[in-house]
Amino acid sequence: MVPSRLRDELRESVVRAEHPREKAVDVMFALQDHYGYMNDRAMAEAAEILGMTPLELEELATFYDFIYREPVGKYVIRVCDSAVCWMNGLESVLDHLQSRLGISTGETTPDGLFTLLPVCCIGYCDRSPAMLVNRKVYGNLTGERIDEILEDLRRQAALSQRND
Amino acid sequence: MIDGMYPRVLFQNRKPDRIATLDEYRQNGGYRALERVLKEHSPREVCRIIEASDLRGRGGAGFPAGKKWLAVPEDGAYPRYLAANADEMEPGTFKDRVLIHADPHLILEGMTLAGYSFGASKAFLFVRPSYEGIVRIMEREIGIAQRAGYLGKNILGTDFSFEIVVHRSGGRYICGEATALLNAIMGKRPNPTKPPPYPTVKGLWERPTVVNNVETLANVPHILRNGPEWFKGLGLKEKTAGTKLFCVSGKVNRPGCYELPMGVPLSEIIEEHAGGLQPGSELKAVLPGGASTRFLTPDHYHVPMDFDDLGAIGHRLGTAAIMVFDRNTCLVGATLNLTRFFARESCGWCTPCREGLPYLRELLDRIENGEGKEEYLPLIRTMCAQLWNSYCALAPGAASPIESLLSFFEDEVREHIVQKRCPFPSVSGS
Repeated sequence: MVPSRLRDELRESVVRAEHPREKAVDVMFALQDHYGYMNDRAMAEAAEILGMTPLELEELATFYDFIYREPVGKYVIRVCDSAVCWMNGLESVLDHLQSRLGISTGETTPDGLFTLLPVCCIGYCDRSPAMLVNRKVYGNLTGERIDEILEDLRRQAALSQRND
Repeated sequence: MIDGMYPRVLFQNRKPDRIATLDEYRQNGGYRALERVLKEHSPREVCRIIEASDLRGRGGAGFPAGKKWLAVPEDGAYPRYLAANADEMEPGTFKDRVLIHADPHLILEGMTLAGYSFGASKAFLFVRPSYEGIVRIMEREIGIAQRAGYLGKNILGTDFSFEIVVHRSGGRYICGEATALLNAIMGKRPNPTKPPPYPTVKGLWERPTVVNNVETLANVPHILRNGPEWFKGLGLKEKTAGTKLFCVSGKVNRPGCYELPMGVPLSEIIEEHAGGLQPGSELKAVLPGGASTRFLTPDHYHVPMDFDDLGAIGHRLGTAAIMVFDRNTCLVGATLNLTRFFARESCGWCTPCREGLPYLRELLDRIENGEGKEEYLPLIRTMCAQLWNSYCALAPGAASPIESLLSFFEDEVREHIVQKRCPFPSVSGS
């Protein structure tokens, strides 16, 4: 279950909105942050908060590529695979990530830390090749830079585990 | 022609490492247009001034902004809405990101003036997931503008009230299409809808709604402050008005976003501003306005970059995102990449787009991987023609690079078929 404070906050934001459905993506993002992905329970809770049927919400959840209906890792790495990044070394970025993480695109590492997915042009063509980790952008990627980023994320994850 | 030669308008407060604050924006004349307009001009007058300036939409379609605002019926219902489009998912395009990071209050003032011009009381700023930083900046700056009296109830002591909220998108390219964007804001599945009725008559919740790109809106305070003639004079040629944010990417030395007068030659943008082609690279083709435009050959290297001059040679300014391809880059591979993008981003609503794009992707994939056949070429042409029967502009946009590949680079496509392999060094996993 979603903590009651978060639920109240979301309910309040829905009440404040002119039309409750405006908040559908915001509510799904909030529950996704809580559960890690939009599992069936999260979908039911979000629908209830929004006053929508689960089916109406499913129409949206299945449309948006930043709503995850399957489990994903703590860090979702999304590598831009559009034209400019393609021209500037997408293949080597993907090869490097796949070999360092030991997974293919579309998979999650066994420790649950990383999921690797493609993403359409993220608007950082001036710092290409680029990728997103959750909502944060990293550009001008090289093998070395990717290693640093992964190391940082692993450190962050260890810290947050210790603080839990 | 170096930096400093042309006036900077939209980027006049741009700093290398941070946004311009409200105070900095005000020091350079910010919010003065709003102060004056609310006192001196009726909403309709604001529309007329913008119409007289020849400001055309900067999001891709180039529709005259004043005309769009005037399309809201005077006796139309209330409340009315403005949707500011910062979705910017056209591959190669990043100008809205740079613009908002440079001067957020310019966007807020432009939105408020636009809202005033057709009687809107609320605006949504639509932002994509990869621009989460922009969501945070804008939510903070909206609060600052409210406390300073530039937003909210009774702006600057007048009876005009206007609210701006940031709307997070859940992703997907089609959300940038105006009618799909409105469905997205309303929490409906973001399929496009076909006008009429136009959003200006029945948009968000059946009320009059204007959808403007944020770069278009950023021009509005400057036009109202300096006049339509000044704006027209910014263009390099007769009938080209204002400046334009050009995003240059690909095989150039200095990829980036450059504000230059409308009508500046393509060759000047690439050579003087983006630092020319990278060492050892020779120009093969350019996509002049994002992924939905046609490949332009070096024959048109000196074309003035504006709506009409590109239109006259069968090309489109689009978002003015210039992607530069060199001789060593395989254009079949590039086109395959673009077609994969469009096939993935199709909303699936209509058959020509849903079925046609994967079909084209498959044929291009076979050609790129040495399994192409001569008879694929007429199949590709026929299917591209079919894409023009689709429901919205996504599929015709997707057809543009493919059609131009066959028009201008048929030899390169044939080489793949004859040699049964891609003749270029591999740049990626295509």
